[in-house]
Amino acid sequence: MNPFLFSQAQNVDAALPLLAADGARPVAGGTNLLDLMKEGVMTPSTLVDINPLEHAGLDVIEEHEGGLRLGALARNAATAYHDTVRSRYPLLSAAILAGASPQLRNMATNGGNLLQRTRCVYFYDVGTPCNKREPGTGCPAKNGINRTLAILGTSEQCIATHPSDMCVALRALDATVHVKSGSGERAIPIADFHRLPGDTPQIDTNLQPGELITHITLPDAAAFIDHSAYIKVRDRLSYAFALVSVAAALDLDGGTIRAARIALGGVAHKPWRVEEAEAALVGKPAGAAAFEAAADRILEGARGYGQNDFKLTLAKNAIVQALTTAMRGTEFAKRGEA
Amino acid sequence: MDLYQQYPIRLRINDQDREFDVESWVTLLDLLRERAGLTGTKKGCDHGQCGACTVLVDGKRVNSCLTLAVMQNGHEVTTIEGLAKGEELHPLQQAFIEEDAFQCGYCTPGQICSAAGLIAEGQAKTVDDVRELMSGNLCRCGAYPQIRQAVCKVIGIQESKPGAASGSDGFTTGPVLA
Repeated sequence: MNPFLFSQAQNVDAALPLLAADGARPVAGGTNLLDLMKEGVMTPSTLVDINPLEHAGLDVIEEHEGGLRLGALARNAATAYHDTVRSRYPLLSAAILAGASPQLRNMATNGGNLLQRTRCVYFYDVGTPCNKREPGTGCPAKNGINRTLAILGTSEQCIATHPSDMCVALRALDATVHVKSGSGERAIPIADFHRLPGDTPQIDTNLQPGELITHITLPDAAAFIDHSAYIKVRDRLSYAFALVSVAAALDLDGGTIRAARIALGGVAHKPWRVEEAEAALVGKPAGAAAFEAAADRILEGARGYGQNDFKLTLAKNAIVQALTTAMRGTEFAKRGEA
Repeated sequence: MDLYQQYPIRLRINDQDREFDVESWVTLLDLLRERAGLTGTKKGCDHGQCGACTVLVDGKRVNSCLTLAVMQNGHEVTTIEGLAKGEELHPLQQAFIEEDAFQCGYCTPGQICSAAGLIAEGQAKTVDDVRELMSGNLCRCGAYPQIRQAVCKVIGIQESKPGAASGSDGFTTGPVLA
């Protein structure tokens, strides 16, 4: 790790000026940032430890305006196992538990999960070019090791994926990210929080320098409680990043779809959701024909880069399977018999 | 401001108060092994992928390689050295011996601390839960069936078919514990 200055903030107001300094980064769980520092990928000059903020209320998970409020400092494990999350947002609980390991979920925070960086091997290897790590140096992944990388929303500059499971569920559930800086507070819809790579792949999110994530809110999702499923396809049964993951939720009137939510992980630089595909499902009978049509619409424009060509078929099958599992019911999905 | 300055910290390690002066970049793992003389905690990958460095901080299992010692100032750390009561082994240590749950032993301290955390969390009800919730600890010797048996034995989970495969289809998703 590079040498750096360390400071601790006891509350948000004390943290903000520290974070406004050039080269300063907040550290909470540290599970991704410290790893990136060991690799020399990130070299902050100052780390501001914001863990004490959990004693200033930033770890609270509570019902809020008919929905849910998740503190940025609440740990992933505490969130996934929280009674209200389990009973009212089973999709979020399942997605979090599909990610990382129990140790990492005990450490990692909700705010930090939003800010995870890609696991593209070129991004991690400082001996290779990477437009995300060093803008303008090129992207060897396009014609190289890209088995795990993106098939949607890519650019000439970058085909990295966002690695989070939690964020896929947050996208499906229309979350809002709340941030604070020296100049005030603002709310960012999850759809606008993460970015596509475009010509600036070095910028992962629309969080501005000096802004601190304070909490995440979710609107009521009661209509989807009984029919949701998180499917994660990966190279081993547990503790691996997604090749493709799907958060699916259905609101059913008998056999007819009243509303649908479908978000994908492992396929793009941000959780991928096509709301037109969901709208087209409304009023249709739940079943293979409708689900396959939705999958085709979601994957319009998808392209492979060689090693990851298989994801085109895998993603379609995963979407259909997730929707089929959701149709059969959340309780069915929980038993792992998907 | 001196980038190489040392930060005074105090930790309670295995029920003893300990004080150290550490540079900002020293991980909890390196502090335990190199400054506290507690080499039971192992460095495997040093990247949070293998679980060999698992310890309990305030009773919760964490990867000690992915947290800084300065971040743990004031916290309580339990390592493998802190589990036994004198000559009386911790039930997990005893079970690992009885079930032959290790070969080379390098991952064992992490496995046992992880299992202690798993038990404290109280989420594992079935054999499949134990398999899933021990997935953060790799064993290159491949003692997984015996490790699972040892952990199940301590929790009191009956294994109807020793070594039986998971109830899931083994393809798309692990058991989901929501």
